Amino acid sequence: MSEPVVRAAERIEILSAETSEGAQELQRRDVTDVNELGREVGSVLRLDGLTLDPTSIDVDRRDDETMIINMGPSHPSTHGVLRLMLELDGEFVLRTKPVIGYLHTGMEKTGEELSYIQGATNVTRMDYLSPVINELCYSMAVEKLLGIEVPERAVWIRMMMSELNRISSHLVWMATNGMDLGASSMMIYGLRERELILAFFEKTAGLRLNLNYVRPGGVAADLPDGWQDDVLVICDTIFARTFEYDELLTGQPIFRNRMIGVAPLTAEEALALGVTGPLLRSTGVAWDLRRAMPYLAYDEVEFDVIVGTFGDNFDRYAIRLNEIRESIRIVRQCIDMTPSGDYRSQDPKVTPPPRARIGESMEALIHHFKLFTEGFQVPPGEVYSAVESPRGELGCYLVSDGTAKPYRLHVRAPSFVNLQAVSLLMRGGSMSDTITVISTIDPVMGEVDR
Amino acid sequence: MISLSSSAPPGVITCEGLAVDLSCFPTRAQYHELVASFRDDGFEMCVDLCGVDYLEHFDRWLPEGVEATRFEVVVNLLSLSKKQRVRIRTQAGDDAPEVSSLFDLYPGSEAMEREAFDLFGILFANHPDLTRILMPEEWEGHPLRKDYGAGRVPVQFKESPGPR
Repeated sequence: MSEPVVRAAERIEILSAETSEGAQELQRRDVTDVNELGREVGSVLRLDGLTLDPTSIDVDRRDDETMIINMGPSHPSTHGVLRLMLELDGEFVLRTKPVIGYLHTGMEKTGEELSYIQGATNVTRMDYLSPVINELCYSMAVEKLLGIEVPERAVWIRMMMSELNRISSHLVWMATNGMDLGASSMMIYGLRERELILAFFEKTAGLRLNLNYVRPGGVAADLPDGWQDDVLVICDTIFARTFEYDELLTGQPIFRNRMIGVAPLTAEEALALGVTGPLLRSTGVAWDLRRAMPYLAYDEVEFDVIVGTFGDNFDRYAIRLNEIRESIRIVRQCIDMTPSGDYRSQDPKVTPPPRARIGESMEALIHHFKLFTEGFQVPPGEVYSAVESPRGELGCYLVSDGTAKPYRLHVRAPSFVNLQAVSLLMRGGSMSDTITVISTIDPVMGEVDR
Repeated sequence: MISLSSSAPPGVITCEGLAVDLSCFPTRAQYHELVASFRDDGFEMCVDLCGVDYLEHFDRWLPEGVEATRFEVVVNLLSLSKKQRVRIRTQAGDDAPEVSSLFDLYPGSEAMEREAFDLFGILFANHPDLTRILMPEEWEGHPLRKDYGAGRVPVQFKESPGPR
């Protein structure tokens, strides 16, 4: 007879050794440095000297009064594999520390192994809710290094696709936020509306999620025939339904009670933490890269930057809901204003020749072969390009050494930076508010861990 | 191109950059003071911080007077009020790269400095919690270094969980 099998889960010491992240975790108070403690309780603007307010909730805490618990990595409300370690006093949160890296797959390293053409397939998988905007940011960085201009039509196609993508990303946020708060009808509605946009993406690019549609030099394919009608239907349908969300959520007493006044953030704290996107705008700072530092053709379309007042959960919700409407407004203008012309640069060193040309032109064949074996070479240099993603400033820092592959590809992920605000936002709140805080920060773990 | 503020440390080398208002090349000693001068000059946000390993490119282009080292720390600052961006490239050293932490100026740089430490092994003096952030705690090496050798070593896992 064989020995009785001991399950790992039955032996606590083995299990905890296997899952330990050591110093990355939230430690007991007596072994925590005062600066780190300050960070974990979320004191952002009191960093020098760190004099804790004596009336504060957790000065002189003993370890036997509090409890450190794990939330995640696998928790329905953490939107992926986010692990939060919380120090609780009964129902109230004293300290928080996010432990991340569970989805780290070395995408920045992978980016160094892929040629510039292949690179878009890599970055599109980082923030999987806004793939077009990731590709756009990367492509703009490559184009700046190359010094090439993108045709006018490609600019407008890119703008329309990224606004559609912003709508779909905010719809997923509305859906999951509703789910977190128990409004499960919102989950169904949000994903239902998003499906309209994904169907249009599939019709245009052939794929629903990781499109690889925006590429250095332009976009992968022209818009399908009759795209105006499709997009108009999307705009009309979703615009009408945002008012249904209003009825479902905005005035709903339970929803309001859980959102209004919960986890406020001030503008100073947001700026100090480097927080961008709807989180920053909810504090009253009207900072939107589309307006402040226009890229593509955002200076030619009309839209409003939605700004909040109190920086609480409800403001973040209201900003995202209204940004859907503003994005629809931009898309409607794109329908009228998109010019005709090329959808990608005609520079043969960057853009592959059309299939028909390969059969008749030796030069086209050579270009095609060189592009898909070696790829194009980019002049040495370094550049940082930034766009406004649904979560904030998405940046791409690209270093080229003159070969056909990036020497260094760094992505400034808005979720990664925004996630630093959780300690601040959760302090003093109740355990149930942690769910709404994670939800309104809207982290996409693929982007946080890259 | 914009100029440095009067509180900036003397002798910082600057040049024009691609798609940026100013590129600065401080020494390690000037780095913290320079960033502080920018913060007082209206650059409210440290928008990005990352490391670069130039192992194969000691001969890269740098303005005259800047001595190339293997590691570089690249900081992108953003001014919301002036709508300007500056980039600060610090030569961080060859064998034991180390610069001072920006945590006391921009608390939001904390996670980005941890990431640069984790992936490049660049040390940040006075950082409150310089631990790995993306890789597991007992991971050996810093994977974004150019001599790390991805694909040549077997993937490291935690010790085998035993019979299940």
